[in-house]
Amino acid sequence: MAGLELLSDQGYRLDGRKATELRKVQARMGVFAQADGSAYIEQGNTKALAVVYGPHEMRGSRNRTLHDRAVINCQYSMATFSTAERKRRPHGDRKSTEMSLHLKQTFEAAVMTQLYPRSQIDIYVKVLQADGGNYSVCVNAATLAIIDAGIPMRDYVCACTVGFVDETPLADLCFAEESGSSLALALLPRGGQIALLQMDAQLHQDHLEALMDAAMTACKGVSKVLDEVVRRHLQEVSVLTGE
Amino acid sequence: MLNFYRLDGRQTYDYRKIKITFGTDYGCCFVDLGKTRVMAQVSCELVTPKESRPNEGIMFFNLELSPMASPAFELGRSSELLVKLNRQLERCLRNSRCIDTESLCVVSGEKVWQIRVDVHMLNHDGNLMDATSIAAIAALSHFKRPDVGIQGDVVTVYSAQERDPIALSIYHMPICVSFSFFQQGTYLLVDPCEREERVMDGLLMIAMNKHREICSIQSSGGIMLLKEQVLRCSKIASVKVSEITDLIAKALENDKKARKEGRKCGFAESMPQERITALKNLETTVEMTDLTKQASDIVEGVETPAEMALSPVVPAPGVGQVGAGLQNAWGLEDEEDEEEEVDGDEPEVTIVAEKRGNKKKGESKSNLTCVTRCVLLCCNVNLTM
Repeated sequence: MAGLELLSDQGYRLDGRKATELRKVQARMGVFAQADGSAYIEQGNTKALAVVYGPHEMRGSRNRTLHDRAVINCQYSMATFSTAERKRRPHGDRKSTEMSLHLKQTFEAAVMTQLYPRSQIDIYVKVLQADGGNYSVCVNAATLAIIDAGIPMRDYVCACTVGFVDETPLADLCFAEESGSSLALALLPRGGQIALLQMDAQLHQDHLEALMDAAMTACKGVSKVLDEVVRRHLQEVSVLTGE
Repeated sequence: MLNFYRLDGRQTYDYRKIKITFGTDYGCCFVDLGKTRVMAQVSCELVTPKESRPNEGIMFFNLELSPMASPAFELGRSSELLVKLNRQLERCLRNSRCIDTESLCVVSGEKVWQIRVDVHMLNHDGNLMDATSIAAIAALSHFKRPDVGIQGDVVTVYSAQERDPIALSIYHMPICVSFSFFQQGTYLLVDPCEREERVMDGLLMIAMNKHREICSIQSSGGIMLLKEQVLRCSKIASVKVSEITDLIAKALENDKKARKEGRKCGFAESMPQERITALKNLETTVEMTDLTKQASDIVEGVETPAEMALSPVVPAPGVGQVGAGLQNAWGLEDEEDEEEEVDGDEPEVTIVAEKRGNKKKGESKSNLTCVTRCVLLCCNVNLTM
């Protein structure tokens, strides 16, 4: 991507944001009536949809039942129209499987699975438009969907993708900015615990701390936004159903 | 673990012994990490490039987990572990751009080299990811591709005899270092062996190169990390990576020297000749001070079994019965010990119990303890010899 200035001299990025600014987040919970919990989130141009079914009895392979916890089953897929070139294989390819595994790992750490032994919680996430930070937006969407389903969690799981350009950490990358180094971090904000850490491409070791700090700050910002969304939704629902 | 000693005596930040050997072909590499054994083979062919990148070569990675490596692996099915290892290797080597892919272009838009790295696990004793990354990068450093000549539109690929093959241009060597966490992050180990991997809470993989650039970080296994832990791991990783990179460079040097001198090189040569040159029985000390006393105590405190001959009973015409079934022994207390002869076998045990069966208390359980005890006596007797 030669010729594109990711960070101008005045400190503005390609879409006019400052280095630590997040993209505009619009989210809605309870979009599907059929599912136990669902959420739709837009972070800038990245749009993702998450649906949660559960906790219910183990379907599929019975022998994977855990006697003291619930099994979390995640599937990540991207719509064929989500990227610039049409995707041939929306699920089943290696990248989607890896993302599904990461999502599963993230939520196994956050959801209180001990409360539902021998059951299964399904989380399905679909990316409708991919403009950078796919994994992070999916995690945020899935968090909202789980809250909508009423499954107890230890804390919000907020994720953000940060990058490093010209000695400055950039928060919440878009697709053009992702070509450099990018770090995706899923955080439980209250305890500062990292549920998942994933980094690609090169970064000098000395910059790691600054980048992680920027990521944690950005995640805390995301958690505030998600919290506001949940409260607003709750207010709307309680008004509709009467008190 | 509590005294910071591991199962095999290593310290918490120690790697197992790494041994790198190269095969006769260029691009074949074996890596031993303790007992974990991994083989990587690099090959190349001319293909049409991707439409989005017409003047770059293609790198393709393939990992195989065969049941040869571990009984837990099944043939054919793509398991989670395989996907994870595959993706991590791809991210570590492809996204970090350690190989100059533009130099692999022959005719822009039509013909480029596709470098294919196949990695096979031969033995799984923990920490497959590190061994894989070392093997892959060593094999890529060792590999030489055929030379290509272009005259106008005609592209000729020269074989190894016509022109010397060319090595790949490698910018840097990313090496993966794995950290395993135990007990919610209180304990941290480098290079887990297979037993440690089974009980660990989570894994953190950091891929770095010698210039202290982090190429990839991946946390897995559902543990909660703290920022300080990650930073500490990255510092440890940078030390380890420089050691391992020196080791690879040394191995490559040795191999180049061996080939130049015309010595035989390759896998067969590098296997150590395991011939028994001396036989020595190591003696271990066994605690045997009060053994005779223990044995005599057991022998004395027990009654001798009554001598009896079992006579067959005929409950019905055509049916003969010797002995009778035992009482149900589940959940019942056992009686006092019964003496058994040292070479007592199972039928004799039940017969004795039958004689005492009038007590209606489960004795088969105590019989079992007697049998085990007499087995123990046998073993102890053997040791004294």
